[in-house]
Amino acid sequence: MNECELAPMGAAAAGRGLAWLAGLTQDAAPLAGYPASLRVVDAELDGRAARFIAVVPDGANPFPRARHGEVGLAEGWQLARAVHQWVDAHDAAAHKPPIVAIVDVPSQAYGRLEEAWGLHQALAAAVAAYARARLAGHPVIGLIVGNAISGAFLAHGYQANRLIALDDSGVQVHAMGKASAARVTQRSVEQLEALALRIPPMAYDVQSYASLGLLWRSLHVAHPDAPGPQDLATAGAALRDALASIRSDPDRGLAGRLDPAGRPASARVRERLRQLWDEA
Amino acid sequence: MNADAPRPQRDSFIELSARQRVAALLDEGTPRELLDPFERFKSPWLPLQGIVAQADDGVVAAKGLLGGRAAVALAIDGAYQGGSMGEVGGAKIAGALELAARDNRRGVPTAAVLLLETGGVRLQEANLGLAAIAEIHAAIADLRRYQPVVGVIAGPVGCYGGMGIAAGLCSHLIMTREARLGLNGPAVIEQEAGIDEFDAGDKPFIWALTGGAQRCRAGLADSLVADDVAQVRARVLACLAEGVPPRHRSDRHGDFLARLSDMDLAAAFHSPGEAAVLGEKATRPVGVAVPGERAANSRGTAERGKETTNE
Repeated sequence: MNECELAPMGAAAAGRGLAWLAGLTQDAAPLAGYPASLRVVDAELDGRAARFIAVVPDGANPFPRARHGEVGLAEGWQLARAVHQWVDAHDAAAHKPPIVAIVDVPSQAYGRLEEAWGLHQALAAAVAAYARARLAGHPVIGLIVGNAISGAFLAHGYQANRLIALDDSGVQVHAMGKASAARVTQRSVEQLEALALRIPPMAYDVQSYASLGLLWRSLHVAHPDAPGPQDLATAGAALRDALASIRSDPDRGLAGRLDPAGRPASARVRERLRQLWDEA
Repeated sequence: MNADAPRPQRDSFIELSARQRVAALLDEGTPRELLDPFERFKSPWLPLQGIVAQADDGVVAAKGLLGGRAAVALAIDGAYQGGSMGEVGGAKIAGALELAARDNRRGVPTAAVLLLETGGVRLQEANLGLAAIAEIHAAIADLRRYQPVVGVIAGPVGCYGGMGIAAGLCSHLIMTREARLGLNGPAVIEQEAGIDEFDAGDKPFIWALTGGAQRCRAGLADSLVADDVAQVRARVLACLAEGVPPRHRSDRHGDFLARLSDMDLAAAFHSPGEAAVLGEKATRPVGVAVPGERAANSRGTAERGKETTNE
């Protein structure tokens, strides 16, 4: 009935975002002034400053619907604040320092208070902030270490220039948790799972997601729940490679993930649209 | 209200199809549909699931003029698969917005109007719908730096899910009283959080929380218009004339965070719809229609979309 269905999460799995954030930033202290559910850490990447951001579970979150790492009202607008602050701080810099979104988000917060206060607007603020950073020339990298679900992923990670994911069964990417997806499509969970086997975009596993061409790279690691030195070295190397790839790419949009082999229809629509547009 | 009283003549906008809406909005004689049904760009995924694919995938894209200015109008057909966003329809919207941004960079100012009737991601194409929506977000964020992106949510479907976020990115947002805007649709919240948290069958409650009148009062939409073609078009033209706002709503995180910090959580949980309206006290229990709003039957039949993520 809730996000826990998405993965057989133990305490370790629930804290993946935190574990990878701590490891990649050498346990640097998070910035003060953000809620406990949002960790903003400035640390080195490739010898220069970078901002690492993770949304993490906070059992004492004043918003009860956002206690398991969901992106809620406070998380959305605070994400926006953290990203805008980074962009503003480097407004005059020729070298725009990167942002790494560490993604392990079970969902957006589901609640009436959230809807009434405009959770869509809070998430739009986060989206707009990440997009602004990317358009301003800050390399933005999304590192998916756990769940990347629905609106939460749109708000935290999906605006990145490059998406990297652990190749691991604890990583799931989807538009909705299985129980709700089954109810909304009026199917059983078993029927959904059977369909997902032959329809890759409906699947939850990261290999199916990778087959759509949306990932820049998949990483094999030994300990996805509690990354060791070798795992962190693997991720660090991938982040540096992604940084170099972004810096050498003049495109500041998301065209890099439009793989005609993975999403042929998406590519064909754009190609034909361009022809018709220029004739119109 | 006296049923015999004379009423002003109105042409309903809500009753128009997506294609008719585009034709009614753009300057007469200027619309040129892009990727029309004869191009036959259909969903490659629905037929694999025994669902008939519509030849335009539920999205109408047209280039034309609006008040004499170059514009692209993008309308989602709420009658097809609940207005859900699949790979092809999503690519039409993202691709057209990307081209409008490109034209602006080439010195051809081009604005956009989004006619949003959608429950969000089409679950039969789940991750490709989500990816397309991320690209729509990126394209709006890019284009709105040059020219306004005007969102219109007329109803009856409303606007939910990732497309609710897209509405939140628009330069100007126009709604009718019949329209709703949110992130999670009622049925999904009820499923995820329980009926005590959200009763998807309680329509007055849903409209009090997410209807056009509430959204305008809460500063989450800009204009409330009547369900009338002329008024919708006039409002869109006025928004285009206003141009790009000095600060987009989605960049006003400081204002919204201040609002959150002022929130009396206990009162807000008691009456979230009221508390969401800045400066108003929470005095009215949830589930009572806002004065002036059309009162629907309480606990009426819940219209549960079969196909989309969020509605």
